[in-house]
Amino acid sequence: MSPREVFALRDYLSPDLKGRDISDARQVVSLTNILGDTCLGGRLGELSGRSVLLAVADQLISAVAMTEIDGVAERMLLCPPDLNTDHFQTLIEDADIDAVITDQPARWADSGPALVVTARAPERAEAGAKTERATEWLMLTSGTSGVPKIVSHTLEGLTGAIIADGPARGTLPVWATFYDIRRYGGLQIFLRAIIGGGSMVLTEPGEPIADYVTRLHARGVTRISGTPSHWRKLLMSGSASGFSPRYVRLSGEIADQAVLDGLSRAFPAASIGHAYASTEAGVGFAVNDGLEGFPATMVGESRDGVDMKVEDGSLRIRSVRTAHAYVGRHAPALTDSEGFVDTGDMVELRGDRYYFVGRRGGIINIGGLKVHPEEIEAVINRHAEVRMSRARSRRSPITGAVVVADVILADGCDSSRGEEIRNKILADCRASLASYKVPATIKFVSSLDMTAAGKLARYDA
Amino acid sequence: MSPDNFFQKAKESMSIRLRIISEMQRIAGEQQVTLPPLDDDLSLHETGFDSLGFAILVARLEDDLGIDPFTISEDASFPLTVGEFIRAYENVPA
Repeated sequence: MSPREVFALRDYLSPDLKGRDISDARQVVSLTNILGDTCLGGRLGELSGRSVLLAVADQLISAVAMTEIDGVAERMLLCPPDLNTDHFQTLIEDADIDAVITDQPARWADSGPALVVTARAPERAEAGAKTERATEWLMLTSGTSGVPKIVSHTLEGLTGAIIADGPARGTLPVWATFYDIRRYGGLQIFLRAIIGGGSMVLTEPGEPIADYVTRLHARGVTRISGTPSHWRKLLMSGSASGFSPRYVRLSGEIADQAVLDGLSRAFPAASIGHAYASTEAGVGFAVNDGLEGFPATMVGESRDGVDMKVEDGSLRIRSVRTAHAYVGRHAPALTDSEGFVDTGDMVELRGDRYYFVGRRGGIINIGGLKVHPEEIEAVINRHAEVRMSRARSRRSPITGAVVVADVILADGCDSSRGEEIRNKILADCRASLASYKVPATIKFVSSLDMTAAGKLARYDA
Repeated sequence: MSPDNFFQKAKESMSIRLRIISEMQRIAGEQQVTLPPLDDDLSLHETGFDSLGFAILVARLEDDLGIDPFTISEDASFPLTVGEFIRAYENVPA
Protein backbone atom coordinates (compact mmCIF):
# COMPACT_ATOMS: atom_id res chain seq x y z
CA MET A 1 0.00 0.00 0.00
CA SER A 2 1.45 3.38 -0.89
CA PRO A 3 1.37 6.03 1.84
CA ARG A 4 -1.11 8.03 -0.22
CA GLU A 5 -3.81 5.42 0.43
CA VAL A 6 -3.51 5.59 4.22
CA PHE A 7 -6.02 7.87 5.90
CA ALA A 8 -5.65 9.01 9.48
CA LEU A 9 -7.97 11.21 11.53
CA ARG A 10 -6.09 14.36 10.47
CA ASP A 11 -6.89 13.63 6.84
CA TYR A 12 -10.62 13.93 7.58
CA LEU A 13 -10.27 17.23 9.42
CA SER A 14 -10.59 20.10 7.03
CA PRO A 15 -10.13 23.72 8.07
CA ASP A 16 -12.74 24.54 5.39
CA LEU A 17 -15.65 23.31 7.54
CA LYS A 18 -16.14 26.34 9.78
CA GLY A 19 -17.71 26.64 13.18
CA ARG A 20 -17.05 23.11 14.45
CA ASP A 21 -16.00 22.50 18.03
CA ILE A 22 -15.64 19.87 20.74
CA SER A 23 -16.43 20.75 24.35
CA ASP A 24 -16.72 19.48 27.87
CA ALA A 25 -18.10 21.35 30.88
CA ARG A 26 -14.91 23.41 31.22
CA GLN A 27 -13.67 24.28 27.77
CA VAL A 28 -14.39 24.45 24.07
CA VAL A 29 -11.79 23.48 21.45
CA SER A 30 -12.24 24.31 17.78
CA LEU A 31 -12.49 21.19 15.60
CA THR A 32 -12.06 23.40 12.55
CA ASN A 33 -8.57 24.38 13.71
CA ILE A 34 -7.72 21.28 15.76
CA LEU A 35 -4.88 20.27 13.42
CA GLY A 36 -2.93 23.23 14.76
CA ASP A 37 -3.30 22.05 18.36
CA THR A 38 -1.12 19.81 20.48
CA CYS A 39 -1.61 18.22 23.89
CA LEU A 40 1.82 16.64 23.76
CA GLY A 41 4.02 19.70 24.24
CA GLY A 42 5.45 19.35 20.73
CA ARG A 43 6.77 15.80 21.42
CA LEU A 44 4.65 14.00 18.80
CA GLY A 45 7.73 13.22 16.69
CA GLU A 46 9.14 11.03 19.49
CA LEU A 47 6.06 8.81 19.26
CA SER A 48 6.60 7.94 15.60
CA GLY A 49 6.45 4.17 15.17
CA ARG A 50 5.91 3.62 18.90
CA SER A 51 3.27 1.51 20.65
CA VAL A 52 1.57 4.10 22.80
CA LEU A 53 -0.59 3.76 25.90
CA LEU A 54 -3.04 6.69 26.02
CA ALA A 55 -3.80 6.92 29.73
CA VAL A 56 -5.24 10.39 30.33
CA ALA A 57 -8.28 10.97 32.54
CA ASP A 58 -9.53 14.00 30.61
CA GLN A 59 -11.62 13.12 27.53
CA LEU A 60 -11.02 16.38 25.69
CA ILE A 61 -7.23 16.12 25.98
CA SER A 62 -7.47 12.47 24.91
CA ALA A 63 -9.54 13.50 21.88
CA VAL A 64 -6.91 15.99 20.72
CA ALA A 65 -4.15 13.45 21.42
CA MET A 66 -5.92 10.83 19.27
CA THR A 67 -6.00 13.22 16.30
CA GLU A 68 -2.27 13.78 16.79
CA ILE A 69 -1.11 10.18 17.34
CA ASP A 70 -3.23 8.51 14.65
CA GLY A 71 -1.12 7.95 11.56
CA VAL A 72 2.12 8.56 13.49
CA ALA A 73 2.33 5.87 16.21
CA GLU A 74 2.46 2.16 15.33
CA ARG A 75 -0.42 1.43 17.70
CA MET A 76 -2.36 3.23 20.41
CA LEU A 77 -4.12 1.59 23.34
CA LEU A 78 -7.08 3.62 24.63
CA CYS A 79 -7.56 3.44 28.41
CA PRO A 80 -10.97 4.35 29.82
CA PRO A 81 -10.69 6.50 32.98
CA ASP A 82 -12.04 3.78 35.28
CA LEU A 83 -9.37 1.26 34.27
CA ASN A 84 -7.95 -0.51 37.31
CA THR A 85 -4.31 0.64 37.49
CA ASP A 86 -3.31 -2.85 38.70
CA HIS A 87 -3.88 -4.02 35.12
CA PHE A 88 -1.42 -1.58 33.52
CA GLN A 89 1.60 -3.90 33.72
CA THR A 90 -0.17 -6.83 32.05
CA LEU A 91 -1.62 -4.60 29.34
CA ILE A 92 1.79 -3.02 28.66
CA GLU A 93 3.38 -6.45 28.25
CA ASP A 94 0.58 -7.88 26.13
CA ALA A 95 0.47 -4.90 23.77
CA ASP A 96 4.29 -4.36 23.64
CA ILE A 97 3.79 -0.80 24.83
CA ASP A 98 6.96 1.33 24.70
CA ALA A 99 5.55 4.81 25.31
CA VAL A 100 2.87 6.31 27.53
CA ILE A 101 0.93 9.54 27.30
CA THR A 102 -0.21 10.46 30.80
CA ASP A 103 -1.55 13.29 32.90
CA GLN A 104 0.23 11.76 35.91
CA PRO A 105 3.92 11.67 34.89
CA ALA A 106 5.09 11.10 38.49
CA ARG A 107 3.29 7.75 38.54
CA TRP A 108 5.28 6.55 35.51
CA ALA A 109 8.66 8.08 36.44
CA ASP A 110 10.32 4.94 37.84
CA SER A 111 8.46 2.15 36.11
CA GLY A 112 6.80 1.27 32.90
CA PRO A 113 7.70 2.31 29.37
CA ALA A 114 10.93 4.23 28.81
CA LEU A 115 9.22 7.08 27.00
CA VAL A 116 6.74 9.12 29.07
CA VAL A 117 5.00 12.08 27.44
CA THR A 118 3.00 14.40 29.65
CA ALA A 119 -0.43 15.37 28.34
CA ARG A 120 -1.44 19.00 28.84
CA ALA A 121 -4.27 21.31 27.92
CA PRO A 122 -4.34 21.98 24.16
CA GLU A 123 -1.96 24.69 22.91
CA ARG A 124 -0.97 25.83 19.44
CA ALA A 125 1.59 23.56 17.76
CA GLU A 126 4.55 24.80 15.79
CA ALA A 127 4.16 22.49 12.83
CA GLY A 128 1.47 20.09 11.65
CA ALA A 129 2.31 16.37 11.46
CA LYS A 130 2.01 14.15 8.40
CA THR A 131 0.33 10.77 8.21
CA GLU A 132 3.05 8.11 8.08
CA ARG A 133 1.22 4.83 8.57
CA ALA A 134 -2.08 3.12 9.41
CA THR A 135 -2.01 3.15 13.21
CA GLU A 136 -3.45 0.13 14.96
CA TRP A 137 -6.25 1.09 17.40
CA LEU A 138 -6.35 -1.06 20.54
CA MET A 139 -9.43 -0.97 22.74
CA LEU A 140 -10.32 -2.74 25.96
CA THR A 141 -13.38 -4.90 26.50
CA SER A 142 -15.70 -3.78 29.27
CA GLY A 143 -15.97 -7.15 31.00
CA THR A 144 -16.90 -7.35 34.65
CA SER A 145 -13.78 -8.54 36.44
CA GLY A 146 -10.17 -9.46 35.78
CA VAL A 147 -7.86 -7.97 33.18
CA PRO A 148 -9.83 -6.66 30.21
CA LYS A 149 -9.09 -8.18 26.81
CA ILE A 150 -7.25 -6.05 24.26
CA VAL A 151 -9.06 -5.83 20.94
CA SER A 152 -7.30 -4.68 17.76
CA HIS A 153 -9.03 -2.45 15.21
CA THR A 154 -7.99 -0.33 12.25
CA LEU A 155 -9.37 3.13 11.62
CA GLU A 156 -10.80 1.77 8.39
CA GLY A 157 -12.75 -0.89 10.28
CA LEU A 158 -13.84 1.49 13.04
CA THR A 159 -15.19 3.98 10.51
CA GLY A 160 -16.75 1.49 8.06
CA ALA A 161 -20.33 2.27 9.07
CA ILE A 162 -19.64 6.01 9.13
CA ILE A 163 -18.15 6.11 5.64
CA ALA A 164 -21.07 3.97 4.40
CA ASP A 165 -23.54 6.55 5.73
CA GLY A 166 -21.73 9.35 3.86
CA PRO A 167 -21.03 12.89 5.02
CA ALA A 168 -23.66 14.90 6.86
CA ARG A 169 -25.89 16.97 4.62
CA GLY A 170 -27.50 20.30 5.41
CA THR A 171 -26.96 21.76 8.86
CA LEU A 172 -23.97 20.12 10.53
CA PRO A 173 -25.01 17.80 13.35
CA VAL A 174 -23.98 18.30 16.97
CA TRP A 175 -23.09 14.94 18.50
CA ALA A 176 -23.16 13.78 22.08
CA THR A 177 -22.91 10.47 23.89
CA PHE A 178 -23.27 9.29 27.44
CA TYR A 179 -20.33 6.95 26.77
CA ASP A 180 -16.73 7.81 27.39
CA ILE A 181 -15.00 8.16 23.99
CA ARG A 182 -12.35 5.61 25.01
CA ARG A 183 -15.08 2.95 24.82
CA TYR A 184 -16.38 1.54 21.56
CA GLY A 185 -19.81 3.21 21.73
CA GLY A 186 -18.32 6.60 22.56
CA LEU A 187 -15.48 6.32 20.05
CA GLN A 188 -18.04 5.73 17.29
CA ILE A 189 -19.69 9.06 18.08
CA PHE A 190 -16.34 10.87 18.30
CA LEU A 191 -15.33 9.44 14.90
CA ARG A 192 -18.70 10.44 13.45
CA ALA A 193 -18.13 13.99 14.66
CA ILE A 194 -14.62 14.04 13.16
CA ILE A 195 -15.41 12.32 9.86
CA GLY A 196 -19.08 13.07 9.31
CA GLY A 197 -18.66 16.76 10.13
CA GLY A 198 -20.24 18.69 12.95
CA SER A 199 -19.46 19.33 16.60
CA MET A 200 -19.38 17.24 19.75
CA VAL A 201 -20.27 17.59 23.42
CA LEU A 202 -18.46 15.32 25.91
CA THR A 203 -19.60 14.05 29.29
CA GLU A 204 -17.90 15.36 32.43
CA PRO A 205 -17.17 12.90 35.25
CA GLY A 206 -19.42 13.42 38.26
CA GLU A 207 -21.59 16.04 36.56
CA PRO A 208 -25.24 15.95 37.70
CA ILE A 209 -27.44 14.77 34.84
CA ALA A 210 -29.55 17.94 34.92
CA ASP A 211 -26.39 20.04 34.33
CA TYR A 212 -25.34 17.73 31.49
CA VAL A 213 -28.74 18.08 29.81
CA THR A 214 -28.51 21.86 30.21
CA ARG A 215 -25.20 21.75 28.32
CA LEU A 216 -26.64 19.47 25.63
CA HIS A 217 -29.49 21.90 25.17
CA ALA A 218 -27.29 25.00 25.21
CA ARG A 219 -24.90 23.58 22.59
CA GLY A 220 -27.77 22.49 20.34
CA VAL A 221 -27.08 18.73 20.39
CA THR A 222 -29.01 16.99 17.62
CA ARG A 223 -27.76 13.39 17.84
CA ILE A 224 -27.08 11.52 21.04
CA SER A 225 -26.40 7.93 22.05
CA GLY A 226 -26.21 5.89 25.22
CA THR A 227 -27.16 2.60 26.84
CA PRO A 228 -30.78 1.90 27.84
CA SER A 229 -29.59 2.36 31.45
CA HIS A 230 -28.24 5.83 30.59
CA TRP A 231 -31.55 6.74 28.97
CA ARG A 232 -33.66 5.41 31.84
CA LYS A 233 -31.53 7.50 34.19
CA LEU A 234 -32.20 10.58 32.04
CA LEU A 235 -35.94 9.85 31.93
CA MET A 236 -35.96 9.39 35.71
CA SER A 237 -34.12 12.65 36.32
CA GLY A 238 -37.08 14.68 35.07
CA SER A 239 -34.63 16.93 33.22
CA ALA A 240 -35.46 15.81 29.67
CA SER A 241 -38.02 18.55 29.04
CA GLY A 242 -36.70 21.39 26.91
CA PHE A 243 -34.05 19.17 25.30
CA SER A 244 -35.13 18.15 21.81
CA PRO A 245 -32.60 16.00 19.92
CA ARG A 246 -33.43 14.81 16.41
CA TYR A 247 -31.74 11.41 16.66
CA VAL A 248 -31.71 9.29 19.78
CA ARG A 249 -29.75 6.04 19.71
CA LEU A 250 -29.52 3.16 22.18
CA SER A 251 -26.82 0.49 22.22
CA GLY A 252 -24.76 -1.65 24.56
CA GLU A 253 -27.66 -3.34 26.34
CA ILE A 254 -31.04 -4.75 25.34
CA ALA A 255 -33.38 -1.94 24.29
CA ASP A 256 -36.75 -3.21 25.47
CA GLN A 257 -40.08 -1.87 24.25
CA ALA A 258 -40.62 0.07 27.49
CA VAL A 259 -37.51 2.23 27.10
CA LEU A 260 -38.14 2.76 23.37
CA ASP A 261 -41.71 3.88 24.11
CA GLY A 262 -40.55 6.03 27.03
CA LEU A 263 -38.10 7.86 24.77
CA SER A 264 -40.74 8.31 22.05
CA ARG A 265 -42.97 10.03 24.59
CA ALA A 266 -40.14 12.18 25.98
CA PHE A 267 -38.80 13.15 22.53
CA PRO A 268 -41.81 13.10 20.17
CA ALA A 269 -39.91 14.89 17.41
CA ALA A 270 -36.91 12.54 17.46
CA SER A 271 -36.07 9.46 15.45
CA ILE A 272 -35.52 6.76 18.09
CA GLY A 273 -33.43 3.77 17.12
CA HIS A 274 -31.35 1.06 18.66
CA ALA A 275 -28.09 -0.21 17.24
CA TYR A 276 -26.12 -3.35 17.72
CA ALA A 277 -22.40 -2.89 18.20
CA SER A 278 -19.68 -4.29 20.42
CA THR A 279 -15.96 -3.75 20.95
CA GLU A 280 -15.24 -7.09 19.28
CA ALA A 281 -17.96 -7.31 16.61
CA GLY A 282 -17.91 -3.64 15.60
CA VAL A 283 -21.04 -1.90 14.32
CA GLY A 284 -23.51 -4.61 13.33
CA PHE A 285 -26.83 -3.06 12.43
CA ALA A 286 -29.40 -0.42 13.34
CA VAL A 287 -33.12 -0.91 14.00
CA ASN A 288 -35.27 2.12 13.32
CA ASP A 289 -38.84 0.79 13.28
CA GLY A 290 -39.41 1.66 16.94
CA LEU A 291 -39.73 -1.97 17.98
CA GLU A 292 -37.53 -4.09 20.20
CA GLY A 293 -35.58 -6.94 18.62
CA PHE A 294 -34.79 -7.04 14.92
CA PRO A 295 -36.40 -8.49 11.77
CA ALA A 296 -35.48 -12.14 11.18
CA THR A 297 -34.73 -11.30 7.55
CA MET A 298 -31.53 -9.58 8.73
CA VAL A 299 -30.03 -12.95 9.58
CA GLY A 300 -28.60 -15.04 6.79
CA GLU A 301 -28.40 -12.42 4.11
CA SER A 302 -25.55 -10.02 3.68
CA ARG A 303 -26.38 -6.35 4.00
CA ASP A 304 -24.05 -3.37 4.09
CA GLY A 305 -21.14 -5.78 4.24
CA VAL A 306 -22.38 -7.44 7.44
CA ASP A 307 -23.20 -11.17 7.64
CA MET A 308 -25.12 -12.53 10.60
CA LYS A 309 -25.95 -16.01 11.76
CA VAL A 310 -27.40 -17.56 14.89
CA GLU A 311 -25.60 -20.61 16.27
CA ASP A 312 -26.22 -22.31 19.60
CA GLY A 313 -28.62 -19.48 20.35
CA SER A 314 -26.09 -16.67 20.07
CA LEU A 315 -25.73 -13.97 17.45
CA ARG A 316 -22.59 -14.21 15.27
CA ILE A 317 -21.35 -11.34 13.12
CA ARG A 318 -18.85 -11.18 10.27
CA SER A 319 -17.90 -7.91 8.61
CA VAL A 320 -14.97 -5.69 7.74
CA ARG A 321 -15.86 -3.67 10.83
CA THR A 322 -15.19 -6.43 13.34
CA ALA A 323 -11.94 -6.29 15.29
CA HIS A 324 -8.98 -8.09 13.76
CA ALA A 325 -7.83 -10.04 16.79
CA TYR A 326 -7.37 -10.16 20.51
CA VAL A 327 -3.86 -9.02 21.42
CA GLY A 328 -1.59 -10.62 24.03
CA ARG A 329 0.33 -13.70 24.99
CA HIS A 330 -2.68 -15.83 25.90
CA ALA A 331 -5.12 -14.18 23.54
CA PRO A 332 -7.87 -16.52 22.32
CA ALA A 333 -9.08 -16.53 18.72
CA LEU A 334 -11.53 -13.72 18.03
CA THR A 335 -13.39 -15.36 15.15
CA ASP A 336 -14.43 -18.85 14.11
CA SER A 337 -12.99 -20.54 11.02
CA GLU A 338 -15.45 -18.66 8.80
CA GLY A 339 -14.55 -15.27 10.26
CA PHE A 340 -17.63 -14.83 12.48
CA VAL A 341 -17.36 -13.19 15.91
CA ASP A 342 -19.49 -14.89 18.58
CA THR A 343 -21.11 -11.91 20.32
CA GLY A 344 -22.23 -13.93 23.35
CA ASP A 345 -25.61 -12.21 23.01
CA MET A 346 -28.37 -14.78 23.09
CA VAL A 347 -31.34 -14.32 20.75
CA GLU A 348 -34.68 -16.05 20.37
CA LEU A 349 -36.89 -16.19 17.27
CA ARG A 350 -40.53 -15.28 17.96
CA GLY A 351 -42.69 -14.82 14.88
CA ASP A 352 -40.76 -12.82 12.30
CA ARG A 353 -38.36 -11.13 14.73
CA TYR A 354 -35.38 -12.06 16.78
CA TYR A 355 -35.36 -10.82 20.37
CA PHE A 356 -32.32 -10.45 22.60
CA VAL A 357 -32.77 -12.54 25.71
CA GLY A 358 -29.50 -11.86 27.55
CA ARG A 359 -25.78 -12.52 27.74
CA ARG A 360 -24.49 -16.07 27.65
CA GLY A 361 -22.29 -15.32 30.66
CA GLY A 362 -25.14 -13.59 32.49
CA ILE A 363 -27.29 -16.67 32.99
CA ILE A 364 -28.46 -17.29 36.53
CA ASN A 365 -29.05 -20.84 37.61
CA ILE A 366 -32.33 -21.62 39.39
CA GLY A 367 -32.41 -25.22 40.60
CA GLY A 368 -30.51 -26.34 37.50
CA LEU A 369 -32.67 -24.29 35.11
CA LYS A 370 -31.13 -21.43 33.18
CA VAL A 371 -32.62 -17.98 33.45
CA HIS A 372 -31.67 -14.78 31.63
CA PRO A 373 -32.35 -11.90 34.04
CA GLU A 374 -33.05 -9.61 31.06
CA GLU A 375 -36.06 -11.70 30.07
CA ILE A 376 -37.67 -11.13 33.46
CA GLU A 377 -36.76 -7.43 33.48
CA ALA A 378 -38.44 -6.98 30.10
CA VAL A 379 -41.75 -8.24 31.54
CA ILE A 380 -41.43 -6.03 34.63
CA ASN A 381 -40.36 -2.95 32.64
CA ARG A 382 -43.44 -3.00 30.42
CA HIS A 383 -45.57 -1.80 33.34
CA ALA A 384 -46.20 1.93 33.18
CA GLU A 385 -45.49 2.20 36.93
CA VAL A 386 -41.93 0.90 36.45
CA ARG A 387 -38.90 2.90 35.31
CA MET A 388 -36.30 0.16 35.50
CA SER A 389 -35.60 -3.13 37.19
CA ARG A 390 -32.95 -5.72 37.87
CA ALA A 391 -33.59 -9.44 38.26
CA ARG A 392 -30.97 -11.44 40.11
CA SER A 393 -30.53 -14.72 41.90
CA ARG A 394 -30.73 -15.07 45.65
CA ARG A 395 -29.58 -18.16 47.46
CA SER A 396 -32.28 -20.38 48.82
CA PRO A 397 -31.98 -23.26 51.30
CA ILE A 398 -34.76 -25.04 49.39
CA THR A 399 -33.92 -24.77 45.70
CA GLY A 400 -30.36 -23.42 45.83
CA ALA A 401 -31.48 -20.13 44.32
CA VAL A 402 -34.61 -18.14 43.53
CA VAL A 403 -35.14 -15.14 41.27
CA VAL A 404 -35.75 -11.84 43.00
CA ALA A 405 -36.29 -8.42 41.46
CA ASP A 406 -35.34 -4.88 42.45
CA VAL A 407 -37.65 -2.28 40.91
CA ILE A 408 -37.47 1.51 40.55
CA LEU A 409 -40.95 3.00 40.27
CA ALA A 410 -41.67 5.60 37.58
CA ASP A 411 -41.85 9.29 38.51
CA GLY A 412 -45.02 10.31 40.24
CA CYS A 413 -45.81 6.75 41.17
CA ASP A 414 -47.02 6.76 44.77
CA SER A 415 -45.15 4.20 46.86
CA SER A 416 -48.33 3.65 48.92
CA ARG A 417 -49.55 1.74 45.86
CA GLY A 418 -46.60 -0.63 46.28
CA GLU A 419 -48.68 -3.64 47.24
CA GLU A 420 -51.05 -3.18 44.32
CA ILE A 421 -48.19 -2.66 41.83
CA ARG A 422 -46.29 -5.65 43.20
CA ASN A 423 -49.33 -7.89 42.74
CA LYS A 424 -49.91 -6.58 39.22
CA ILE A 425 -46.29 -7.24 38.19
CA LEU A 426 -46.31 -10.71 39.75
CA ALA A 427 -49.57 -11.61 38.01
CA ASP A 428 -48.08 -10.53 34.67
CA CYS A 429 -44.88 -12.49 35.34
CA ARG A 430 -46.91 -15.59 36.15
CA ALA A 431 -48.88 -15.19 32.94
CA SER A 432 -45.79 -14.57 30.77
CA LEU A 433 -42.95 -16.58 32.30
CA ALA A 434 -42.24 -20.12 33.42
CA SER A 435 -42.91 -20.47 37.15
CA TYR A 436 -39.22 -20.68 38.13
CA LYS A 437 -38.61 -17.32 36.41
CA VAL A 438 -41.29 -15.49 38.40
CA PRO A 439 -39.59 -13.37 41.10
CA ALA A 440 -40.06 -14.75 44.60
CA THR A 441 -39.85 -11.22 45.97
CA ILE A 442 -40.03 -7.74 44.49
CA LYS A 443 -38.25 -4.98 46.35
CA PHE A 444 -38.80 -1.32 45.50
CA VAL A 445 -35.53 0.61 45.45
CA SER A 446 -34.60 4.22 44.68
CA SER A 447 -31.57 3.46 42.52
CA LEU A 448 -29.68 0.65 40.82
CA ASP A 449 -25.91 0.68 40.29
CA MET A 450 -24.47 1.21 36.84
CA THR A 451 -21.02 0.08 35.68
CA ALA A 452 -18.49 2.58 34.36
CA ALA A 453 -19.49 1.43 30.86
CA GLY A 454 -23.06 2.56 31.50
CA LYS A 455 -24.59 -0.87 31.92
CA LEU A 456 -26.76 -2.14 34.72
CA ALA A 457 -24.39 -3.65 37.31
CA ARG A 458 -24.97 -7.38 37.80
CA TYR A 459 -23.17 -8.82 40.79
CA ASP A 460 -24.25 -12.42 40.57
CA ALA A 461 -23.54 -12.90 36.88
CA MET B 1 -56.76 5.60 59.92
CA SER B 2 -56.35 4.69 56.26
CA PRO B 3 -56.85 1.08 55.25
CA ASP B 4 -53.13 0.84 54.41
CA ASN B 5 -52.10 2.02 57.88
CA PHE B 6 -54.55 -0.30 59.49
CA PHE B 7 -53.12 -3.18 57.49
CA GLN B 8 -49.58 -2.20 58.44
CA LYS B 9 -50.39 -2.03 62.16
CA ALA B 10 -52.22 -5.31 62.04
CA LYS B 11 -49.31 -6.93 60.24
CA GLU B 12 -46.83 -5.73 62.81
CA SER B 13 -48.81 -7.15 65.67
CA MET B 14 -49.28 -10.54 64.10
CA SER B 15 -47.44 -13.36 65.74
CA ILE B 16 -44.83 -15.22 63.76
CA ARG B 17 -47.33 -18.06 63.38
CA LEU B 18 -49.94 -15.80 61.88
CA ARG B 19 -47.45 -14.21 59.55
CA ILE B 20 -46.32 -17.58 58.26
CA ILE B 21 -49.91 -18.80 57.78
CA SER B 22 -50.84 -15.56 56.09
CA GLU B 23 -47.87 -15.72 53.68
CA MET B 24 -48.67 -19.34 52.87
CA GLN B 25 -52.24 -18.39 52.03
CA ARG B 26 -51.03 -15.56 49.88
CA ILE B 27 -48.59 -17.77 47.95
CA ALA B 28 -51.29 -20.44 47.59
CA GLY B 29 -53.51 -17.78 46.03
CA GLU B 30 -50.74 -16.71 43.65
CA GLN B 31 -49.90 -20.29 42.69
CA GLN B 32 -53.55 -21.31 42.52
CA VAL B 33 -53.05 -24.02 45.11
CA THR B 34 -55.97 -24.97 47.35
CA LEU B 35 -54.63 -25.20 50.89
CA PRO B 36 -56.10 -27.74 53.31
CA PRO B 37 -56.64 -26.50 56.91
CA LEU B 38 -53.13 -25.74 58.18
CA ASP B 39 -53.04 -27.89 61.31
CA ASP B 40 -49.67 -28.39 63.03
CA ASP B 41 -49.71 -32.09 62.17
CA LEU B 42 -50.28 -31.52 58.46
CA SER B 43 -47.25 -32.70 56.52
CA LEU B 44 -45.69 -30.04 54.32
CA HIS B 45 -46.11 -32.36 51.38
CA GLU B 46 -49.89 -32.28 51.91
CA THR B 47 -50.03 -28.48 51.73
CA GLY B 48 -49.84 -28.73 47.94
CA PHE B 49 -46.74 -26.49 47.82
CA ASP B 50 -43.87 -27.62 45.60
CA SER B 51 -40.25 -26.84 46.42
CA LEU B 52 -40.46 -23.55 44.51
CA GLY B 53 -43.45 -22.56 46.66
CA PHE B 54 -41.44 -23.21 49.83
CA ALA B 55 -38.43 -21.37 48.37
CA ILE B 56 -40.64 -18.31 47.77
CA LEU B 57 -42.11 -18.63 51.29
CA VAL B 58 -38.68 -18.81 52.94
CA ALA B 59 -37.38 -15.84 50.91
CA ARG B 60 -40.39 -13.66 51.77
CA LEU B 61 -40.31 -14.62 55.44
CA GLU B 62 -36.63 -13.68 55.54
CA ASP B 63 -37.53 -10.21 54.19
CA ASP B 64 -40.45 -9.92 56.59
CA LEU B 65 -39.00 -11.40 59.79
CA GLY B 66 -35.29 -10.94 59.09
CA ILE B 67 -34.51 -14.61 59.66
CA ASP B 68 -33.93 -17.72 57.60
CA PRO B 69 -33.69 -20.60 60.10
CA PHE B 70 -32.72 -23.11 57.42
CA THR B 71 -29.59 -21.29 56.33
CA ILE B 72 -28.45 -20.14 59.79
CA SER B 73 -27.95 -23.64 61.15
CA GLU B 74 -25.80 -26.01 59.16
CA ASP B 75 -27.28 -29.18 60.55
CA ALA B 76 -30.89 -28.04 60.55
CA SER B 77 -32.99 -30.75 59.03
CA PHE B 78 -35.85 -29.43 56.99
CA PRO B 79 -39.18 -29.69 58.87
CA LEU B 80 -41.70 -32.28 57.84
CA THR B 81 -44.89 -30.75 59.22
CA VAL B 82 -46.48 -27.30 59.36
CA GLY B 83 -45.92 -27.26 63.13
CA GLU B 84 -42.20 -28.02 62.75
CA PHE B 85 -41.88 -25.37 60.05
CA ILE B 86 -43.42 -22.69 62.30
CA ARG B 87 -41.34 -23.75 65.30
CA ALA B 88 -38.16 -23.40 63.26
CA TYR B 89 -38.95 -19.68 63.05
CA GLU B 90 -40.20 -19.34 66.62
CA ASN B 91 -37.07 -20.98 68.02
CA VAL B 92 -34.61 -18.63 66.35
CA PRO B 93 -33.36 -16.10 68.93
CA ALA B 94 -34.38 -12.62 67.79
